[in-house]
Amino acid sequence: MIVAEPKPIKEILEMVRDYKKILVVGCKGCVTVCNVGGAKEVGILASTLRIAARKDNREIEVGEHTLERQCDPEYVDELKDIIDKYDAVISIACGVGPQFLSERYPEKRIFPGVNTKFMGGAVEHGIWAERCAGCGTCVIHYFGGLCPIARCSKSLMNGPCGGSAGGKCEVSKDIDCVWDMIVKKLMKEGRLDDLLKFRPPKDWTTARDGGPRRLVREELVK
Amino acid sequence: MNDQNSRKIIAFCCSNCASSAAGISHKLNETLPENVEVIQVPCTGRIEVLHMLKPFENGADGVYIAGCQEDSCQYISGITKAKKRVQHVKKILSELGIEPERIEAFSLSAARGQEFVQIARDMTDKIKAMGTL
Repeated sequence: MIVAEPKPIKEILEMVRDYKKILVVGCKGCVTVCNVGGAKEVGILASTLRIAARKDNREIEVGEHTLERQCDPEYVDELKDIIDKYDAVISIACGVGPQFLSERYPEKRIFPGVNTKFMGGAVEHGIWAERCAGCGTCVIHYFGGLCPIARCSKSLMNGPCGGSAGGKCEVSKDIDCVWDMIVKKLMKEGRLDDLLKFRPPKDWTTARDGGPRRLVREELVK
Repeated sequence: MNDQNSRKIIAFCCSNCASSAAGISHKLNETLPENVEVIQVPCTGRIEVLHMLKPFENGADGVYIAGCQEDSCQYISGITKAKKRVQHVKKILSELGIEPERIEAFSLSAARGQEFVQIARDMTDKIKAMGTL
């Protein structure tokens, strides 16, 4: 999933300081799963904005709505009958959501309510970790199913650096050295020699380096 | 309504421990301050962050959770979860420039009726000193 975290309340309040009718829009996709942008969090942010207004003795109206997904135009369309009632919109979807809202409703001020962090998963309840860098050409099968691009601090593809100690990365004791994991896993499987096979340099043209990416699936295009 | 009673406080109370304590306090002829409104819940672990924020949104000046002792929760970890959420709400209040002490969580056993009333009185005094939100 795409993992995000809430923006500081102060930053959000500063964004919408000049608006009296604010719509908070959530998303039932990834951000619901990582407890940052679903219907529950829409309620929490809306309530927080109302409490802030109460404290400052200001009158505001805060609406709440959660879309099935903010990254699909057909669901974004759902706002067309309610968005006109509001001066500003806070999207608490990942960074994709507020952009889709901005494109669909160009006359509205759309603000991001979360900071999008990475593609990853929950390693424990309440703890998420990065797993994919979206490089566009997956190679994890060469590395025991572990991604050295997303999980090595240097994205090294030819083995660990000198900063690997005790299974940890020198960047932080909270980061496992993925190369330590890769080597141990392949040793356990008796496939360590797989790492000695010659492979041509990775094709990075599919990664972000080639500029904003676009994917066309002809069989799905209407 | 006097000044003290005008400070509305919402008390979410576990129906096992805290509410039993309330029953004992009643038998002791100890009464809660009038400004404290008790909402009984089957377990304080069900009290979400939004439940804790809503009273502030709707005019309350203080909120507290009264639940079991951490080692004797009937649902294992209800009050522990509630206390974590209270800490989160304190952070939200702080970010808004509101005193985080306006929300608290307490653990008490079913037998401590006097303490149940004292918590309500202490919260009332504290919120009164802070004034309205």
